[in-house]
Amino acid sequence: MKLTLKIWRQKNSTDKGSLETYPISDVSEHMSFLEMLDVLNEELIEKGIEPVAFDHDCREGICGMCSLYINGEAHGPDRRVTTCQLHMRKFNDGDTIFIEPFRANAFPVVKDLVVDRSSFDRIQQAGGFVSVNTSGNTQDANSIPIPKDDADTAFDAATCIGCGACVASCKNSSAMLFVSAKVSQFSLLPQGQVEAKERVLNMVNKMDEEGFGNCTNTGACEVECPKGISLDNISRMNREFLSANIKK
Amino acid sequence: MAKLNSGVPKGELKDKWTQYKDSIDLVNPANKRNIDVIVVGTGLAGGSASATLAELGYNVKTFCYQDSPRRAHSIAAQGGINAAKNYQGDGDSTYRLFYDTVKGGDYRSREANVYRLAEVSTNIIDQCVAQGVPFARDYGGLLDNRSFGGVLVSRTFYAKGQTGQQLLLGAYSAMNRQIARGKIKMHNRHEMLDVVLVDGKARGIIARNLVTGEIERHSAHAVVIASGGYGNVYFLSTNAMGSNTTAAWKIHKKGAFFANPCYTQIHPTCIPRSGDYQSKLTLMSESLRNDGRIWVPKNMDDVKALREGTLKATNIKEEDRDYYLERRYPAFGNLVPRDVASRAAKERCDAGYGVNQTGEAVYLDFSSAITRYGKEQALLKGEDENNHQLVKKLGQEIVKSKYGNLFQMYEKIVDENPYETPMMIYPAVHYTMGGVWVDYNLMTTVPGLYAIGEANFSDHGSNRLGASALMQGLADGYFVLPYTIGDYLSDDIRTGSISTDSPEFDEAENNVNKLLDQLINNKGKHSVDYYHKKLGKIMWDKCGMARTETGLKQAIKEIKELREDFWKNVIVPGNRNELNKELEKAGRVADFLELGELFAKDALTRNESCGGHFREEYATKEGEAKRDDKNFTFVSAWEYAGEPSEAKLHKEELEFENIAVKERSYK
Ligand SMILES: Cc1cc2nc3c(=O)[nH]c(=O)nc-3n(C[C@H](O)[C@H](O)[C@H](O)COP(=O)(O)OP(=O)(O)OC[C@H]3O[C@@H](n4cnc5c(N)ncnc54)[C@H](O)[C@@H]3O)c2cc1C
Ligand code: SF4
Ligand code: FES
Repeated sequence: MKLTLKIWRQKNSTDKGSLETYPISDVSEHMSFLEMLDVLNEELIEKGIEPVAFDHDCREGICGMCSLYINGEAHGPDRRVTTCQLHMRKFNDGDTIFIEPFRANAFPVVKDLVVDRSSFDRIQQAGGFVSVNTSGNTQDANSIPIPKDDADTAFDAATCIGCGACVASCKNSSAMLFVSAKVSQFSLLPQGQVEAKERVLNMVNKMDEEGFGNCTNTGACEVECPKGISLDNISRMNREFLSANIKK
Repeated sequence: MAKLNSGVPKGELKDKWTQYKDSIDLVNPANKRNIDVIVVGTGLAGGSASATLAELGYNVKTFCYQDSPRRAHSIAAQGGINAAKNYQGDGDSTYRLFYDTVKGGDYRSREANVYRLAEVSTNIIDQCVAQGVPFARDYGGLLDNRSFGGVLVSRTFYAKGQTGQQLLLGAYSAMNRQIARGKIKMHNRHEMLDVVLVDGKARGIIARNLVTGEIERHSAHAVVIASGGYGNVYFLSTNAMGSNTTAAWKIHKKGAFFANPCYTQIHPTCIPRSGDYQSKLTLMSESLRNDGRIWVPKNMDDVKALREGTLKATNIKEEDRDYYLERRYPAFGNLVPRDVASRAAKERCDAGYGVNQTGEAVYLDFSSAITRYGKEQALLKGEDENNHQLVKKLGQEIVKSKYGNLFQMYEKIVDENPYETPMMIYPAVHYTMGGVWVDYNLMTTVPGLYAIGEANFSDHGSNRLGASALMQGLADGYFVLPYTIGDYLSDDIRTGSISTDSPEFDEAENNVNKLLDQLINNKGKHSVDYYHKKLGKIMWDKCGMARTETGLKQAIKEIKELREDFWKNVIVPGNRNELNKELEKAGRVADFLELGELFAKDALTRNESCGGHFREEYATKEGEAKRDDKNFTFVSAWEYAGEPSEAKLHKEELEFENIAVKERSYK
């Protein structure tokens, strides 16, 4: 395949940045999208041009480090995959591909396609945990049976990889899907109940403070979420938030 | 030759840890507030250690190269974590987990450490459940288990194919709680580039801020390395792209002995490579061998037809399939340990029976399991168990519920539906049993410098059993190090904070600056990846699944030449004072180019086959690994002496008092 890549280049957080054009040929359909960028970067290095900076690590869709806004979609055209799992067979010979960073006020660009998502960490620090000491002096793991359905639903929520595609896809840059996934995981498990109220209040407040927008139920986040985190989590969090506020 | 002191306490094996814990010095809570500990790494080992040390009251400074601690490579672990809970009532016990691990490691690990690991394994599960880790449960609401290779019980706890993710997020949440309290200062996007020793003790590190390029000094009373394994020395592996040996290697150069570098695990079930552009390999979890059967065709004609695309795997008749693991190892069948399964796959492919274009793939087939589960479901639902369509559909649903994310991953990469056609798999580099030498306290040969998790060598001998790395990482971090480190730090309660304004810090920082300048100013003609790929090829061809004396000697020579070429001709674009991913890679590859040489030397010195280390010269008639217990029942701990291959060998003799050392048989 021969492709034309339009890639966002930005020297650092204060630089204005712009789209640059790079032609690339000999792209195999079996390559992953990031392998295609590796090939481009090797070519650029040989020509003495600085390679394109992008985040990635596991390259199997689990660490949440890769991002990229590809042709107007977070993680590109395929569904239920991250950018690192996207393969070139989803594109056609001659295509022009626009590659931009995830954009949101709470995710400032660091360089080229790399953004700063530490706001997500700060939301988790505000309450995304169960306050139990790690000493090992806890009760036996089987002492509280948990209905399989609850355990499975909690697990599904817990599979969020913290990539930020939900924010990048939302016209309001809302982080509701991400935050609700964590809140749901704990609220569905007996271990998370004790602090449930505080947790939801603190995490939601932190989310607002970090500059994420409001949720207007467009559902764009669910469509682009590589892990299929469901909008049900948002409803669950809204319920928790309301009842926590009432009881405050 | 100097003897290493493992510091294993006296007493009965089963009492050692408890008695030892009771006897070690403690630091009182008020004093802990005046003591700083640096932890490099936020995987299961570093994450759990950071959280626990902070909770105990120490001031913790933690580092990782990713943009968040939650992204450490542990996140990618799939299949599960072992613990001797015996919830299934199938005869499991601490002793059995200990026994399986020592045997699985081909009698090359330290008994006392392994026993302790087995002992604390049960706490891990309790701890994680209390943290809200959503492990898989059965319909009664209790925890479910599966089996992994090399054992005859079901002791593996799991969260679908995302066990590592769930456990790491548990440790990350425990860290977050301490970060919020200010007890952990987290340094994301920072890379440790050297350790600083003051009066022979580890007192700090030099780190590069990967966003600004700034070189920073950080001091502490003790330094813990939890930087993971070095599988990426092969270029292609199942490790994350950034996994590296830099932290471990830098401390080696400052005096920490490096143990058994040649013990690497080649995992039997990974997706085969597809082209030169390949950047990494993807694991298909060992848990799949619970339900998948491995085979190649019996007839060469079928192999040819498969490769030409004129025949489909599903059309090969049952009697024309060679389920070679079931044939060779009837007792363990598809669940033999990884080293055995990998070599068996290589044997069939070398004999010409590989099923894909490259000849390097075998089948992992789920059709029997789908039928078995489907019939069971049909019966349960009162439907016709002879209705093939229905049985297949019901069976596929069960398989999906167990391995859904793995099947999806496979389909996305290979573009084939594994519910309909067998998966193609081939062995790939996965884990490194070797690592920094540590004593019973998990301290390296440098006082105050610790190594935990995959970065150390401690528990898995020459072959790790599946689902035991997660167990070790969390055992080290939650339950072992936080105790043992107190023994050392109790001497430091009056030291006061360590200044970074000292000649030792100056020198370490200067060295780091020099190295980075050299890389940036080199302006050669080949990229970092060019060298990394070349190194990977030498390693795979000569230090891979089968090793020979001649090959290893060549490898040492070739790696040395490649390293010289690297320093003459590598090009690193951009500058030092900015985010520069090529510069990060260059530093890591420079270290791999040294480690690789020591690796080959270690493999050359070990004139026997054991676990993952297979020397063709030392094999039984049936092609199994042949140990030489008389001459090689020791840990090779290497002391740095200038050039990697000039390293000096120290031996820690291994004594087995509680297990009879036998030939390892899975037949
Ligand atoms: C695909 C895959 C699947 C696996 N599945 C299983 C399984 O099912 N069960 C099982 O038991 N094991 C499994 N393993 C093995 C297991 O995941 C690892 O051995 C284990 O997670 C290692 O944990 P760790 O904490 O030692 O290191 P890692 O998780 O590798 O963490 C290393 C940390 O060190 C940091 N770091 C590294 N170098 C530096 C530096 N110079 N400066 C600063 N920070 C640095 C990184 O940022 C990271 O935070 C699997 C491995 C792979 C590759
Ligand atoms: S909810 Fe989905 S899109 Fe958002 S961070 Fe989690 S995994 Fe990514
Ligand atoms: S690189 Fe880890 S999710 Fe894409």
